[in-house]
Amino acid sequence: MNILVCITHVPDTTSRIAFTNNDTEFDKNGVQFIIGPYDDYALARAVELKEQNGGKITVLNVGEADSDPTIRKALAIGADEAIRVNAFPSDSFFVANQIAAIAKDGNYDLILMGRESIDFNGGMVHGMVGELLGLPSFSPVMQLEIEGTSAKITREIEGGKEKLEVTLPFVAGCQEPIAEWKIPNMRGIMSARSKPLNVVEPTDTTTHSEISSYELPPAKGAVKMVDADNVEELVDLLKNEAKVI
Amino acid sequence: MSVLVFIETEEGKIKKSSREAISYGAALGEVTALALGTVGTEELNTAGANGATKVLHVSDERLNAGLIQPYAEVLASAANHTGAEIIVTAKSSLADAVVGRVAAKLGASLVSNVVSLPDTSNGFQVKRSIYTGKAFANVSLTTDKKVLAIKKNAVEIKQDGGNAGVEAFDVNLEDNLFGAKITSTEKAEGDILLPEADIVVSGGRGLKGPENWGVIEDLAKTLGAATGCSKPVSDMDWRPHHEHVGQTGVKVSPTLYIAVGISGAIQHLAGVNSSKYIVVINKDEEAPFFKAADYGIVGDAFEVLPKLNEALKKALA
Ligand SMILES: Cc1cc2nc3c(=O)[nH]c(=O)nc-3n(C[C@H](O)[C@H](O)[C@H](O)COP(=O)(O)OP(=O)(O)OC[C@H]3O[C@@H](n4cnc5c(N)ncnc54)[C@H](O)[C@@H]3O)c2cc1C
Ligand SMILES: Nc1ncnc2c1ncn2[C@@H]1O[C@H](COP(=O)(O)O)[C@@H](O)[C@H]1O
Repeated sequence: MNILVCITHVPDTTSRIAFTNNDTEFDKNGVQFIIGPYDDYALARAVELKEQNGGKITVLNVGEADSDPTIRKALAIGADEAIRVNAFPSDSFFVANQIAAIAKDGNYDLILMGRESIDFNGGMVHGMVGELLGLPSFSPVMQLEIEGTSAKITREIEGGKEKLEVTLPFVAGCQEPIAEWKIPNMRGIMSARSKPLNVVEPTDTTTHSEISSYELPPAKGAVKMVDADNVEELVDLLKNEAKVI
Repeated sequence: MSVLVFIETEEGKIKKSSREAISYGAALGEVTALALGTVGTEELNTAGANGATKVLHVSDERLNAGLIQPYAEVLASAANHTGAEIIVTAKSSLADAVVGRVAAKLGASLVSNVVSLPDTSNGFQVKRSIYTGKAFANVSLTTDKKVLAIKKNAVEIKQDGGNAGVEAFDVNLEDNLFGAKITSTEKAEGDILLPEADIVVSGGRGLKGPENWGVIEDLAKTLGAATGCSKPVSDMDWRPHHEHVGQTGVKVSPTLYIAVGISGAIQHLAGVNSSKYIVVINKDEEAPFFKAADYGIVGDAFEVLPKLNEALKKALA
């Protein structure tokens, strides 16, 4: 089983978000970067599927050199080799195009992604890649079982879930509880150093959008505390001040 | 400008977020809305009030389930048929899976989580939410065709439109688009959908166990609210996964979010920071959630909630 896992290199979920250069650039100062949490689920499931079925896991990131430690972590978790398309991931179409170009040549049985990246939260790249490759795409996928060339998928829908039967190959955007996040062990970390990380240049540089500036939301006002013995006051505030009930 | 809006329905009704998308589209140009599967004509007519001049209806029963490839095919066909320059949809878990394909089919630019009308003074620029609600980006779309997925509760619903004419729209859908077979669907019926809700009441680990959720549900019932929870609560199976709010769960943007027994970890806040008002009830006055709240009560959930529920019932009677 030949699996491609696409990972993002994103600020840790506890990061304080700030911008520099006249609000045109993300401020990386003091920010810890991680594998996108949803991508981490996809990778964890890929590792389990490899344990069950054998095969190979390739991780793919479209990003600049500062992604490399994040990619090494994916190798330490259990991917066999990595590809980095050396470019700033400027918009989702650009990224999808790079992924599709790599996937076309790779003969993958399964392309796993996260349901969405946590920086731009588009949740769009898996669908685009599916379309560009002429493959089905599913998201958000909560369960994935493979039997030969067919798969059983559970997909979350608003207010519930549905089960599907599909045939390989396809693209899936993953989320919990598809697998538990895996922490690299010492052996994984050691072996990751010698696993191949191939850097390739982008094939097509078309973009469909560009970001002109960033903004932070206005600061929140101070909280108004209400005494636990006086819940009527809260009701009054909700009704007459906030006017939300 | 010709605009195509994708309508999602729920139990035969147009979703509130789709009415927001229609209202958004109506501010840009002439709106043709598109509905798929079995829906009553009378219901579709009501899209007119929100600003649609016409509704195309593909009544093919195979589309009753939200299947990604056939939906993308129909959307792209309708966009070509109407010559739409802009395709608008609410951001939802279904739309997310569909519109990437549509954009790729049409060679259109795609921006998700849009929170503002476009600024067309210099090109076509929209504001979108990024970093799970912690920031915004101003994005210019540089292609002729554009797909916009609008963040829920970011647009006021227009109510003063007229009637929309409903027209049948036929698309030839090849069988191979239906390769994915749905074998079962589990869905809470009659509940208010969490991502669509105006008011959300959420419980965390402070509620101690699933058997105590009655106080949350009672309050939600009084307010006509949806119920949500923190991640550990769904991890422990106290509540279903689709109720889990936060960075790795559902992102909500209601007018009122009531958090009970939730500490306010940054990953939880990421899913609720677009709420208009936040009420926090926690027995620990140091709980970080209070810093993100508009109103707070320090107290035991099991004492405060029943009293609050009674007071609300009285006020709303
Ligand atoms: C990568 C990553 C992603 C994550 N994503 C999410 C996410 O999407 N959503 C999410 O929620 N979490 C997420 N988390 C987990 C998050 O960090 C917190 O662990 C979690 O939100 C805590 O849940 P809680 O507030 O219910 O529990 P706790 O932190 O245990 O807090 C319980 C609270 O209840 C209060 N309490 C106790 N008893 C009572 C009582 N009787 N009455 C009133 N108050 C009471 C306590 O004072 C406390 O503040 C994520 C973590 C990571 C690492
Ligand atoms: N720069 C990137 N490199 C590799 N994979 C990516 C990149 N951006 C997005 N993806 C994949 O696409 C998924 C959805 O991303 P998005 O559409 O940006 O929310 C992510 O969870 C990743 O699996």
